[in-house]
Amino acid sequence: MKFSERWLREWVDPAIETEELLQRLTMAGLEVEGTEVAANDFSGVIVGEVLAVASHPDADKLHVCEVSDGKDIFQVVCGAANVRTGLKIPFARIGAQLSADFKIKKAKLRGVESHGMLCSAAELGLVEVADGLLELPANAPTGIDIRQYLQLDDVIVEVNLTPNRGDCLSVAGLAREVSVITKTALNVPVMSAVKASIPDTFPVELQSTADCPRYLGRIIRNINPDSETPLWMLEKLRRSGIRNIDPVVDVTNYVLLELGQPMHAFDFDKLEGGIRVRRAEPAEALILLDGKEVALTPETLVIADHKKVLAMAGIMGGKYSAVSPRTTNIFLESAFFVPLAIAGRARSYGMHTDAAHRYERGVDPNLSPLAMERATALLLDIVGGQAGPIVEVNAQMPATATVSLRNKRIEKLLGVSLPADEIHDILTRLGLQPTNSHADGFCWKVPSWRFDISIEVDLIEELARVYGYNNLSVSTAQTNMSLQPQPEANVGIKSIRNTLVGLGYQEVVTYSFVAPELACVLGDGKGNEIKLANPISQDMSVMRSSLWPGLLTTLKYNQNRQQTRARLFESGLVFNNTNNKIEQVVKVGCLIWGAHHPEQWGSVEKEVDFYDIKGDVELLLGLTHNLAHFSFDPGLLPALQPGQTAEIKCLEHTVGWLGALHPKILQALDIQGKVFLLELDYELMSAARITTVKNLSRYPSVRRDLAILLSESVSAKELDSLLRDTAGSELQDLIIFDLYSGKNIEKGKKSVALGLTFQHPSRTLSEADINPIIDSCIKALADKFNAELRK
Amino acid sequence: MIDLQVLTTDALEAIAKAQNSQELEQLRVNFLGKKGSFTEQLKALGGLSPEVRPAAGAAINQAKDQVQEALSERKTLIDNAAAEIELEMGQIDITLPGRKQSTGGLHPVTRTIERIEAIFIGAGFTMAEGPEIEDDYHNFEALNIPAHHPARAMHDTFYFDANTLLRTHTSTVQVRVMESTAPPIKIICPGRVYRCDSDMTHTPMFHQVEGLFIDENVSFADLKGLIAEFLRVFFEADLAVRFRPSYFPFTEPSAEVDVQCVSCKGDGCRVCSQTGCLEVLGCGMVHPKVLEKSNIDPEKYTGFAFGMGVDRLAMLRYQIKDLRLLFENDLRFLRQFH
Repeated sequence: MKFSERWLREWVDPAIETEELLQRLTMAGLEVEGTEVAANDFSGVIVGEVLAVASHPDADKLHVCEVSDGKDIFQVVCGAANVRTGLKIPFARIGAQLSADFKIKKAKLRGVESHGMLCSAAELGLVEVADGLLELPANAPTGIDIRQYLQLDDVIVEVNLTPNRGDCLSVAGLAREVSVITKTALNVPVMSAVKASIPDTFPVELQSTADCPRYLGRIIRNINPDSETPLWMLEKLRRSGIRNIDPVVDVTNYVLLELGQPMHAFDFDKLEGGIRVRRAEPAEALILLDGKEVALTPETLVIADHKKVLAMAGIMGGKYSAVSPRTTNIFLESAFFVPLAIAGRARSYGMHTDAAHRYERGVDPNLSPLAMERATALLLDIVGGQAGPIVEVNAQMPATATVSLRNKRIEKLLGVSLPADEIHDILTRLGLQPTNSHADGFCWKVPSWRFDISIEVDLIEELARVYGYNNLSVSTAQTNMSLQPQPEANVGIKSIRNTLVGLGYQEVVTYSFVAPELACVLGDGKGNEIKLANPISQDMSVMRSSLWPGLLTTLKYNQNRQQTRARLFESGLVFNNTNNKIEQVVKVGCLIWGAHHPEQWGSVEKEVDFYDIKGDVELLLGLTHNLAHFSFDPGLLPALQPGQTAEIKCLEHTVGWLGALHPKILQALDIQGKVFLLELDYELMSAARITTVKNLSRYPSVRRDLAILLSESVSAKELDSLLRDTAGSELQDLIIFDLYSGKNIEKGKKSVALGLTFQHPSRTLSEADINPIIDSCIKALADKFNAELRK
Repeated sequence: MIDLQVLTTDALEAIAKAQNSQELEQLRVNFLGKKGSFTEQLKALGGLSPEVRPAAGAAINQAKDQVQEALSERKTLIDNAAAEIELEMGQIDITLPGRKQSTGGLHPVTRTIERIEAIFIGAGFTMAEGPEIEDDYHNFEALNIPAHHPARAMHDTFYFDANTLLRTHTSTVQVRVMESTAPPIKIICPGRVYRCDSDMTHTPMFHQVEGLFIDENVSFADLKGLIAEFLRVFFEADLAVRFRPSYFPFTEPSAEVDVQCVSCKGDGCRVCSQTGCLEVLGCGMVHPKVLEKSNIDPEKYTGFAFGMGVDRLAMLRYQIKDLRLLFENDLRFLRQFH
């Protein structure tokens, strides 16, 4: 909310500078977001009076004027269309400084001398754009400095009010607060009731009393449609960020800003029968003030007459019944709508209005009569006319709260006890009244404008706030020393991240929402992605079901920035809709692309392949100390290249996938080179074994190597399990240390070199022990895989 | 017969001149070998009379020992020299870079979260996590933000349907923990949060760390103490900390915490928009209605909660000037954290 410091100081004027005042507001929880000056930093501009206007001899649009500064008369050339005899205007005489680099000098315009300049509101920095001269009231004293006359030495303050402080959405409310925090008395302007001078009334009927327990209406007849809003009011509206519309609306806006009561003025001649406050009926529609037509929902409270809907209650008036330049009779509304009847409604129509902003936060229910009198008095002053009596209809009004406050509770919550007189002083300054005392304090009656206070902690917060958060004590919590469980049979996500970092992977953080096309081609192909109802853009409209879209997008981004290799990983939730159930699981995803090693001396550059990423996976899985539980089976996934895809299983449960990105996707994403991807389900892969140490054998181990020739179709896994089954328990280790096919090897065959290490726990193995094992291995290889020993 | 004296002198001279171990070996063979000069001398002893034989034998043996010793000394000398040369030959340029895989690294957001976690875990907090796709109840209702509460308008929520949404804060995790755990509760909850907002200073996804401490005697004074200490530990600087009244539906009293600008130390600069301080954290005493909704007796237990924007803390700590850098994942940016 924007307010003028001068306006505030009319209501409460503490003896502190602006900066101190704003600081105090901020520290009371009314955060000052920024300030601006009410006008440019100009000087030497006075109220001038145009005494005569003549046409410029050589320019159609220029006028040669005689302007008085109260003492002397000056010839001034002026181009404004609205210049006319008798007009009072801001007059910058020779020597006036309009801005740091704009000083008024004697000038000649098309051959005619000009001694000064007549100014528009924009030239004084009051507004961005202005059409013509700023017209001052006829009674403006000629010769007086314009800064003084318009009280331009003022600061416009933007204060960011939290939703609970609806009571401060007005000058009166802010003034109350300043009065409390600076211990300065309020100067409330005199606002007296306006006696009816005509008997006319218009009936009001509350059909939805729970939504609207109070409605005041009043007819004002014979207003002058040609009247204008006075400059002092326009200036206050301007400094509060409100545009002027017409005098009637300006007055209702003024009362809204001054007192915090939203009001509405109807063109009385458009109303029929009487006012009805009710919920909208099915299929009802309304054309709003701004010309927009809305279909009203039954949750919407409306102001209607006996024939039609007139306005969205507490939000915006309708176009048909709005005050127009021809309006002569008005019906003024000042009502109390309960916050819940208005809250969220404006937003549901995509609207935000000053009235709705206040009603949904709460308006003082007792304010409507005062606001009605204030607005009537201002209207009669400005637009004239005769007011009828107020019609007031009341239903069950919200009860004022009485809240019990215990001293012990203050101490428990704030960690400090406040002296009883301090408590009493703060709460009474806030407008609360002690009702009756109890064993540990008092009960307090809450004023009608502090509808945010209803329970004890609300009072404690007020005490802390006014006392000053920074004046409250500081301590260190005493807490029990219970130790936290440290489960070891689980690989922590941190340890996975750190291992990947050690393996040269860079962690990335990508958005959890991705483009639907990407999610589709990189997903499981089942179309289980979850769509956002209100995405920020189409390419961020479905929740990721895999980490691969983010990794590939990152790769692409960096390829476009001259990167030549990448090792990326991300960990985080992915989302799936499985049988109408949302699943959110933590995954770890990796991507490698480009050269396996960074370019460096003494190493042969090699593009990454399947086994590079597989090696990294095996190291990761090894963190579980359970690598033997995991297996890699040939598999098929739409995103991956068939034949270079492995399904990773842990005891027969799928825990992840790895493989080469499908060439079709590479092409579609315009990625050069091969990309290898991995994704692991963290929960499913992270169960770890806690090591139980086995005795070390004190006897030497024996290694035997076998070179065999067999069909290429026999997998390493098959070879491994056959040999382990055949060789028995003395086989400690089995490695493939060479693999070859091609030249000198029969087509369809491969040569495999195997290293077998044997060891016995309690004796040295002899040739006689090993030879039969090796023989049986050779025989099994021959029988099962038709493998022959290489000579 | 050559004179023993001359032979010895010759041998010693030859040994002294030997340049390498092969020459030396040759000399050993020549002098001390089976057919060597000294062996010949010993063989010739047989021709001497028994009276002079012992003395002559002793003289030869003495000369032989002398030669042997000279051979050994020379050999050590030559071997040492050879070793020196070998070492000389073995010198490499140790300033050449080592062969390696490239360096990996954590994202600055993760790094910051881990740092925050470590600080609070040191004070006895434990980690808690929760789902990112949440229901309305846990994101709003349970936190005292009923439907149509004006605070909802400030949350710009992403929805899937009327009841399902992306969590707008990590306070959802507090609710889940309070539902399932009896006090004392002392947790921190880091994670991703989402708001439907995207401009220079907002990304639709960002990170928060939420903290919650509930016990029988936890006060606002304790909250102030912990937060001020945390900020000093996090920034590793003795910064002034200020608590300013604010409003969150789920805490009361509520506070925004401002810390003296880490960049200008309070003089006013671009980072703090010339204010000299930075708003870094929101906190407050858990609202009794929030405790009640999770079946915790607000008369017996009190507690505080705090929430901080990780991205902003990371930006301040590492002088990152543009929030969007955090999610573009430009490797040139990320490598700066290696």
